[in-house]
Formats: sequence, C-alpha cells, structure tokens
Amino acid sequence: MGGSDRRRRGAKYSRIEAVAGNGLLDRRALLGRGVIYAGAMSTGALGSFAAAAEPLKDAPLTDAPWSREPGAAIEPYERPSRFEKTVVRTLSNPNGQPGAQGARTPHHLVNGVITPNGLHFVVSYGGAPDIDPDKHRLAIHGMVKQPLVFTVDALARYPMVTRVTFLECGGNSAPLFSPQPLQANVQALHGLASCAEWTGVKLSTLLEETGIDPKARWFIAEGADAPHLSRSVPLKKGLDDAMIALYQNGERLMPANGYPMRLLLPGYEGNMNVKYLRRIKLVEEPAMSYWESKVYAQILPNGKAYQFYLLQEVKSFITQPSPGLTLKGPGLYEIAGITYSGAGRISRVMVSADGGRSWAEAALQEPILSKAFTRFRMPWRWDGSAVVLQSRATDEAGNVQPTRAEFVAQRGELKTVPPVAAVLNQHCNAITSWAVDSAGEVKHVYA
Amino acid sequence: MSTRSMVISTVWLALFTASAAFAEGPNLGKPIDTADIAAWDISIQPDGTGLPPGGGKAADGARIYAEKCAQCHGPDGKGGVAGVTAAPLVGGAPITDISAAMKTIANFWPYATTLFDYTRRAMPWQQPMTLANDEVYALTAYILALNKLIGEDDTMNAQTLPKVRMPNRDGFIVRFPDAM
Repeated sequence: MGGSDRRRRGAKYSRIEAVAGNGLLDRRALLGRGVIYAGAMSTGALGSFAAAAEPLKDAPLTDAPWSREPGAAIEPYERPSRFEKTVVRTLSNPNGQPGAQGARTPHHLVNGVITPNGLHFVVSYGGAPDIDPDKHRLAIHGMVKQPLVFTVDALARYPMVTRVTFLECGGNSAPLFSPQPLQANVQALHGLASCAEWTGVKLSTLLEETGIDPKARWFIAEGADAPHLSRSVPLKKGLDDAMIALYQNGERLMPANGYPMRLLLPGYEGNMNVKYLRRIKLVEEPAMSYWESKVYAQILPNGKAYQFYLLQEVKSFITQPSPGLTLKGPGLYEIAGITYSGAGRISRVMVSADGGRSWAEAALQEPILSKAFTRFRMPWRWDGSAVVLQSRATDEAGNVQPTRAEFVAQRGELKTVPPVAAVLNQHCNAITSWAVDSAGEVKHVYA
Repeated sequence: MSTRSMVISTVWLALFTASAAFAEGPNLGKPIDTADIAAWDISIQPDGTGLPPGGGKAADGARIYAEKCAQCHGPDGKGGVAGVTAAPLVGGAPITDISAAMKTIANFWPYATTLFDYTRRAMPWQQPMTLANDEVYALTAYILALNKLIGEDDTMNAQTLPKVRMPNRDGFIVRFPDAM
C-alpha cells in the first residue's frame, strides 16, 4: 500500500468520534471497513506491538533465501514453526515433584477462541497415565437398571455430538485474591482456562441403555489415573449436556487432557470434568470426595466455605494489550480479549480505558456460543497518555462480572501476597485492570 | 410403567426410564454385575456405604505411617519435608484467612470417611491402591488420633468411622443449590 493510501484511510478513520474516555472508538468502526491500524499487533519474539511501518529503503523487498530453494519435507504430524517456540505453556511444577502440576495457556500469544491442543491448560494431580485404549473400559453402575461396561471402540460407534466449550480450573485467576496486584502476565493470571471443540457421546445416550433408578440424584465420576480422581456430579447435569469426550479439536484427546476419554461438563468447574474416565456410579448423595469437600471448597471471610460451586461464572479479560505486549507509540490499536460464562452465552462486553469511569460496548466476534470462549474487540485511539484498560462481561442470564472491589467485598482477599503460581483460592471472576504508562508498558493494577 | 406414574414422574424420569423401553440404541455395552465391578467400586459415602470389612487402630497406623508416609508427610504428620508439597496431616489453627493453606483435616474436612477414601485411592503417592483395607483403617485411626478427633485406642472400621464427628461438619454452604 502506498503512503498516500495509508494517509487517506488513516484520515477517514480518525474522523470516528471517541465513545468513551481515553480514546475508545465505536465498535462499528471495526465492521466492514478494513481498518488499518498505525500499530498492528505482533506477537513476535520481543512480545511487543510492532512499530509503525518502517521506511522501505531500510528493508527493501527482495527474494529471501527460502524463496530460492525448495522447503523442508512435509511431516506426517506437523509442529509449529521454530520461530514460535516461545508460544508454550508455563509449568507451576517444572521439576515434576510429587504434587499438583499446572500448565497455563499463553492467552497473549494466541488468537481466536480455540486453544490448540498442545497449549490447552492442564491441572494434574498424578501425571498423565499412559493408557492403552484397547484395554481402557468405562463402567456405568450403581443406581441403574442394568450396569454396563463399554470399550473405547464401542463408544466410538455411538451417535456423537460436537460442541465448542471452555474448560476452566476452579483456581484460575487465583492471583487476583492477592492484596497487592501481582506483576504477572495474562498467562500467569488467567492461563488455567482454555476452549476447544469436543466430540463424543452424550452421557444421557448411555444412561438410556443402563436405565436409571428413580431415586438416583448424583453420579460419581472416577478416573483411571493414579489418584483415581473422583468427583460427585448432579445427575441433572448428566442428563443435560454432559458428554463422554473422545475427540479434542478433531483428534483424540491429548494424554494430559484425559486420553482416551474424559467427562465433559460444559460450564462446570474444570476438576469435575474427570479425565481418564473409567467409572460412573449413580448414587443418591454425593461422596464428599477429597477434591469436592476439601480442595475446591473456597473459604469465605466469615469462616464458612462454599461447597459444590459447580459453575464457572461470567468472566472476561483483555489479552491484547496485556503485560509483556508493549505499545509502540500513540495511534490506533485494537483492544482484544476473551470472555465466557458457564451460565450460557455472552450478551455484552463493555471496555473502559479510564479505569471504569466510562465504558463503551465492544464488538463480539461471531459465533457467540453458549459456555464457550467469545472474542471481543474494541478499536482504540491511544494518545500516549497513561490509561487503565478494563473489560466487563454480562451473560445471557444477566450475570455481570464484578469489579475487583465488589468481588473482594463479598469474597475477601488474602492477608499476604502469595507466590504467583500458587493456587490458594478458587472461583474469582473479578475484572482485571491493565495500566498502560506513557512508554506503552502494561502492568497489572487494581483499579 | 403405568400412565399415572409417568404423569407424576419428573420430566427427566419419564424420558429416561419410560423411553428406554423403546429407545433403539447401539446397545454395545456389556452387562456386568456387582462382582464384576467390585475391584473398581471403591466409592465411600459419608454414611459409610462402601466401607469394606476390616479395621485398624492408631498404634498399627503409626508403624505403617513411618514406613510408607513419613518420607513425604514428615514425622508425626507435621509436614515440612523439603521439596515436597505434601500437606501436614496434623494440627490446624482456627481459620482466620481465606487461603487454602489454612485448610487441615482437623479444621476443615467435613467427613472422616473422606480420609479413608482418599488414602486408599490415592496414597502412597508413588504406589496408590497398594494398601490393604486394614492398613487404610489403621492409618485413618492414626491420623484422626494425632488430631485428637478419636481416642488412641479407638478402632476404626465400617461402623465407627462414619460416626466420627468432624469439627467443621457444618461449615459449608452450597453455592448453587438449584443446579443440584
């Protein structure tokens, strides 16, 4: 594109009036205009926004070496470019010591709403078992008319369903319980959430064949991993949208995400989506397993604790810009982020560039699916001054994401600053605030 | 099922019991009975349902603990082993912070049956499901006795364990009762 063209289109764009403080522009500016940004986003090795276009004389267009010889042989199973090697999960327990392991999704380095399988978050309590699918079995028993056991091959012959849904650890966003804002990036703060397309057999399909004792109210799901991880799930959920997932983004589940099958409970706390699923037992009352009665029970300021939280509540966070993605000078940018709710579809995301004093509605990328990541975008003209960026989501049930102050008033905060990778709390869905200083550096703040 | 009972059933009940009679599915599940599932059916309910025969006392548990548990959980269950995240099994001040680090068996766990269940299914870390039921009962007794939740000489078995009253039994609030 020639310089004059760029100037002309830039001028057209600059006529768009700000609709909220510090340069937020009408979201309709994004629609059908082929908007050109002064600082296009880059997620290169420097992790920064690219500078405005450099003069071509410094980087003339020439035929590069890779254009002058045949490329590499094509692999049977392809891996990302070697230039993308920094786009990886971070591990909370890199030496794999006995105990939990958390692998966090790099939200700031990916885009769209589908998390690649190798980057899908994992919380593991006993490593990834090396399960031979031919020897794996799923048993359904307890308060059923006819207990049944299924092979993986048998399940693969059942009618299947496909849906996109997010999974989120109950402990995602736990750093926001810190009394001081932890200086960490969006991967460290919110990386225990991901979104994938899952394909499998609805649990209700299998329960039609076992039959159900009318007194059954819950089912216990159990994995074939070393901890034999076990959670109690309301049967109501099992007969609604619960799935025995066999495929993740089109291929069989990743080993650490439950190969060869996992329970999928759209919108429910990640730990309940039991991996390596081998047994479902219908019962009258919950088992009060270690994970539901201790680990995922959040202490409240009054000393009581929530139990069976079940739902992952409405949330959003800005991924671009975010800590580590530095703005390179004033100009037009797109603020982008992720939003989701365990209660259904996202109906609205508001964005603020002045710490919550004024708000403007962001554009939501179609399709807006129930209990799935939705990408939101907001055009923004940054004038180079210090600003505070926030996003606030509302779901179709009318639930509104709380400010951090509102959240803390209800749920409390820690007395001391925790290690960033420690998960000492659960179920925080408060608004995240990013402060951008005049140099374009982005920091986590409470606002 | 009679028409009348269908009417008084809830919707899901009608769907999933009545429709089973005429639903045509692949029917690829293999019927099993209680004996077939016995090796896998390790679920324990708070009322004691599922607890196996056998029993044990703290003194036996102490010996097993020293051999199989202390390397991670520390001598006397107090934790503090370098490089291991295993939680202390003993003690617990009153809860004064919302941190999960406050939670202990004595000040948080609502049911003693969970201690038997988790120990049997998940411990020892490197060799889960290798303890005999008597050993699990003995370890359960040892940990409960260290926490002064039972007496030193109390036997833990399928009858006594569900009767152990945990201090925080009523300390919980169900977040979304409508979903249950």
